[in-house]
Amino acid sequence: MVLKYVMAASGAAMLLYLVLHMIGNLKIFFGADALDSYSAWLRTLLEPAVPYAGVLWVIRVILTVALVAHVASAIVLARRARAARPVRYVHRQPVQGSYAARTMRWGGVIILLFVIYHVLDLTTGTLNPNGVHGEVHSNVVADFDPSRWYVTLFYTLAVLTVGFHVRHGLWSGLQTFGRSNALVQRSLKTFAFVFAAVLVVGFLSVPFAATFGLV
Amino acid sequence: MKLHLKVWRQRDADDRGHMATYDVDDASPDMSFLELLDVLNEKLTVEGEEPVAFDHDCREGICGACSMVIDGQPHGPEKATTTCQLHMRHFSDGDTITVEPFRAGAFPVVKDLVVDRGAFDRIIAAGGYVSAPTGSAPDAHAVPVPKDQADRAFTAAACIGCGACVAACPNGSGSLFLGAKITHLGEMPQGQPERNSRVLAMVDEHDAAGFGGCTNTGECAVACPKEIPLDVISQLNRDYLAARRARRRSA
Repeated sequence: MVLKYVMAASGAAMLLYLVLHMIGNLKIFFGADALDSYSAWLRTLLEPAVPYAGVLWVIRVILTVALVAHVASAIVLARRARAARPVRYVHRQPVQGSYAARTMRWGGVIILLFVIYHVLDLTTGTLNPNGVHGEVHSNVVADFDPSRWYVTLFYTLAVLTVGFHVRHGLWSGLQTFGRSNALVQRSLKTFAFVFAAVLVVGFLSVPFAATFGLV
Repeated sequence: MKLHLKVWRQRDADDRGHMATYDVDDASPDMSFLELLDVLNEKLTVEGEEPVAFDHDCREGICGACSMVIDGQPHGPEKATTTCQLHMRHFSDGDTITVEPFRAGAFPVVKDLVVDRGAFDRIIAAGGYVSAPTGSAPDAHAVPVPKDQADRAFTAAACIGCGACVAACPNGSGSLFLGAKITHLGEMPQGQPERNSRVLAMVDEHDAAGFGGCTNTGECAVACPKEIPLDVISQLNRDYLAARRARRRSA
């Protein structure tokens, strides 16, 4: 049962990061300079108290710990769930719960694969057609060039998966921490849905704007 | 009514089991599902076959003995209805109905549709009670209970411990059952002294019995014949966190 709290807490940490990440991304709509200087600022943040890119590395370490904890708990819990039903039903109605709830595990795997690609693409630049460190705007524009529609498509699918994951995960996490009762359950579900929808729109606006040449 | 039944047959705990097909030609729409099985069993007995074993007791929807998954749903397709109160008028002439036991590692099949739900008894034994010196009954209303709390305790106390929540849960979790007991006793003044130790012991027993973890899909609350609301699981989670915190403080 403790693992559920690990899931919820690590999920919350990553969700907080997603919000900051999305807000950062939206700087692209204020021009190339705004985005590039924001990226540079992230590295000089709190200098000289912390070394160059110090804050960024602290965040990366926290995220990695959260990710490992989240995935490891998910694996243990999924195995436990499998063991809890050794013989499957011959006939079982589709789950009444939401599509989001049903796709948490496989959705999580898709998101993990996406995160690996995403880091190689826009953090290290390895898989990016431009791939110049610090030229965030040029990298993004080159990445989502109309000729690379399949990359945009993959990002879209991945972000939608994140949306579904967040929609059920946020509601579930609140329930896990006991921040739910009969009165507020419906509002919590709506809140989680709106939260996920805002994330999806915010994250998708950037690749689509790049594809259609708006930024 | 003519009905085709696909029923899980399993000789004993070690048998692998299989689905068998039977036809019942003389079902009445006024029969309950258990009476349909009674009719089938009479027919099987006459034909020299082993009757289908299934759990039943009060047949009025309050004991929690009847079980089985009917057409993919614990206690069948009717909302807030146990198998014994499920009437054949909710099915159509000529229907094929699939009947399986509750499926969970912690509920091993004893025979056919009978599963051993002793794991629930062990969870109750771990802490699902209040310790009180017995003797003469205390005066009614000697301990006042606020109306809101009494209502919530009563809603949770409606749980008959049938195990439909486990059967419905994609993770085979007994969290709705656990939450119902925790909420029921936790809302009452008599439940307070053992509130922390109760939730810790019951959760430990639940996990040790091999039930899965809750992922808040809400499937249990839909299947529950007594309509236990999902928020009892949130209450369970909150009490568990508080109990662990209290244990750390006193350690």
